[in-house]
Amino acid sequence: MKRVYLDYSATTPLSPDVLKEMTPYFTEHFGNANSMHAFGQEGAYAVDAARRKIADLLGVKPTEIYFTSGGTESDNWALKGGASAYGSKGKHIITSKIEHAAIISSCAQLEQEGYKVTYLPCDDKGIVRPEYLEEVIDDQTSVVSVMLANNEIGTIQPIKELCEIAHRHGAIFHTDAVQAIGSIPVDVNDLGVDMMSFSGHKFYGPKGIGVLYVKSGIKPDKLIAGGHQERTRRGGTTNVPSVVGISKALEDALANLDKNYKHIKELRDYFVEEVEKNIPHVVYNGDRVKRLPQNANFAFEFIEGESLLLTLDLNGIACSSGSACSSGSLEPSHVLLATGLPVEKAHGSIRFSFGKDTTKEDVDYVLDNLIKAVNKLRNMSPLYAEFIGGKK
Amino acid sequence: MYNERVVKEFSNPQNVGEMKDANAVGTVGNAVCGDIMKIFMKINDNDVIEDVSFQTFGCAAAIATSSVATTMIKGKTVEEALKLTNKQVVDELGGLPPQKLHCSVLAEEAIKEAINNYLTEYKNKKK
Repeated sequence: MKRVYLDYSATTPLSPDVLKEMTPYFTEHFGNANSMHAFGQEGAYAVDAARRKIADLLGVKPTEIYFTSGGTESDNWALKGGASAYGSKGKHIITSKIEHAAIISSCAQLEQEGYKVTYLPCDDKGIVRPEYLEEVIDDQTSVVSVMLANNEIGTIQPIKELCEIAHRHGAIFHTDAVQAIGSIPVDVNDLGVDMMSFSGHKFYGPKGIGVLYVKSGIKPDKLIAGGHQERTRRGGTTNVPSVVGISKALEDALANLDKNYKHIKELRDYFVEEVEKNIPHVVYNGDRVKRLPQNANFAFEFIEGESLLLTLDLNGIACSSGSACSSGSLEPSHVLLATGLPVEKAHGSIRFSFGKDTTKEDVDYVLDNLIKAVNKLRNMSPLYAEFIGGKK
Repeated sequence: MYNERVVKEFSNPQNVGEMKDANAVGTVGNAVCGDIMKIFMKINDNDVIEDVSFQTFGCAAAIATSSVATTMIKGKTVEEALKLTNKQVVDELGGLPPQKLHCSVLAEEAIKEAINNYLTEYKNKKK
């Protein structure tokens, strides 16, 4: 059976070129980068070089790059470390309703510790408009965190404007750029953010490695206490192979950004056009323009997302559903609900995310199976029967 | 996540569709919770369920339990069908993931709803 992976926003395969650069650091150059001897120093050199490379690629200083275990840790550190370091200004944190669980859950913990958290809404396209922040920011606001691009519906947020508002009110600004880095051009200096999270495995690098960019002069409190790694800011033996891996992956992703962007966007646009042409009663969730090239998210009315996901999976197609049943809770995607999509339509929503290796043949295979699967499930659905009956 | 039997029942469900000449119909669940099951039965004068079908909006577990529950009550008497529990349905499927157990309740409830409707409406009319 043909297999098609359309879940690149969940994770990407490790690039063979990246693996090649990583391999010697598992075996030959296995030393602890904190050891003074030659074995350790081989690792330390590699980590220094990787840090410099990432800093150059982003146009920042090497001392502004901190390696973490991934996007989730970077988000936790920025939020909790930022809140505790800047809490003396005030205990008001502002984020949005459409953040990744790493941010939402960190905020919930901060609320338990006595912080006030305001969750900014988004418009019906999933955009957190600057005026929403302007309305609620006050002199107690110490940290503002809004994601650069949303993981479920791919909307790209007006970070520069949001950041300016935060700064005007003396608050620091963090952005979760996990979905954006390697996918769209990101100019950290132009955005003006104080902290930015990203993760290696979203751009064909290894899992378990991430970065928190922290602008000079900004000092979030430590999240992970330990040894002297990361200039004593983040303890834990440095994951040398993965540090080497994420820097190589970022280098390749940025070198091929224009080419991959064009290829991925073309296929995504073709897919969206065909779905809307061939399947009635679908809602294209998110903004059509301010959107990541890899993301397509549809609500298929009258059916439930998990059934559709599983039907496609049985035909070798991998995509993702934020629907209630797959997560085990009764609540459908908090992102879709924030856009104002009715609960029953949110239940039937599916995300397809495209990658550099996706082909038109893959997309055609998915379209063919998707049309069949939606028809099959609608023919089983009492809601569809009711709808058709009502029209007669 | 699902065992082979559940996947098989989901991808090839039995007794799907509307039954035009049903004399017992029951609908339970709602779209907001993410699952709705509608069951149709044809019950004869001896209170035997001659035919049964369903329509379900919901996850794979909801569809699989709907399918297997209809096969379990087909040819049974109303009294026997009322005794069907969601546990029996889940056992027949060889188990469901814990977070999916609530989906199996739907089938038991839909059967009871349809039979209660039949007993109160259809039988009264006949008298």
